[in-house]
Amino acid sequence: MSGDNVDGKVAPNSKNVSLPMSRVKLIMKSSPDVSNINQEALFLTTKATELFVQHLARSSYKNGSGKGKNTLSYSDLANAAEGTDNFQFLIDILPKKILARDYLKSLEERGEEDDI
Amino acid sequence: MAERPEDLNLPNAVITRIIKEALPDGVNVSKEARRAISQAASVFVLYATSCANNFAMKAKRKTLNAGDVMSAMEEMEFERFMQPLREALEAYKKGQKGKKEASEQKKKDKEKKSDVEENDKNKDEEEEEEEHMDEEAEAENEVEDEEVEN
Repeated sequence: MSGDNVDGKVAPNSKNVSLPMSRVKLIMKSSPDVSNINQEALFLTTKATELFVQHLARSSYKNGSGKGKNTLSYSDLANAAEGTDNFQFLIDILPKKILARDYLKSLEERGEEDDI
Repeated sequence: MAERPEDLNLPNAVITRIIKEALPDGVNVSKEARRAISQAASVFVLYATSCANNFAMKAKRKTLNAGDVMSAMEEMEFERFMQPLREALEAYKKGQKGKKEASEQKKKDKEKKSDVEENDKNKDEEEEEEEHMDEEAEAENEVEDEEVEN
């Protein structure tokens, strides 16, 4: 996939956004207590989300172990979530993965302490 | 919530494109990583909205505005986004204004068309005889006044 826009859309510069604002609006409205959103606020949120995706991808890749293999992997993201202040809010949705046997082991150890 | 989970996701193709454009050429992105970034983006929207909404509520407004979103970015410690966002907003506003003016201009152009044809005729005559200039200028003004009344 090249960086060029061959589908006829304008290049994603500051004038336009790539993400559909209608979808972003749907997500925003699902937030409790939100009544109305003005058009500029919707544009800014959409644009900010794009910037966020870029930032998350770049940061994760830069600090990740996948760099050597030229791949961005899930664990790069999980590490970024844990290791970066800005991304702390993602910790619950990007949990680090552990081996099943380690998890079962920790369950066992906990089982000895309290009654599950 | 009445929304289905997939409705709160952003389109994969667009997310993938943004990721690829942000990374050096030739870098692979695992499917899992792509899905995770997409989910993170949705959570980002929710977090930003909730944050912005707090500012709106504090100001006793029911409508989220641009200032609220900017304040939210600062609160979330994404100051790095603020300047690009400001610039993008200016371009966006210009684009919106241009669209509005374009449709209004279309209307004006229709009305002005007959006037332009007259003016061209008048200009040619002006170059030859300056005496007639004032007369024609008055006529022009009359026509313009009519437009203003409309």
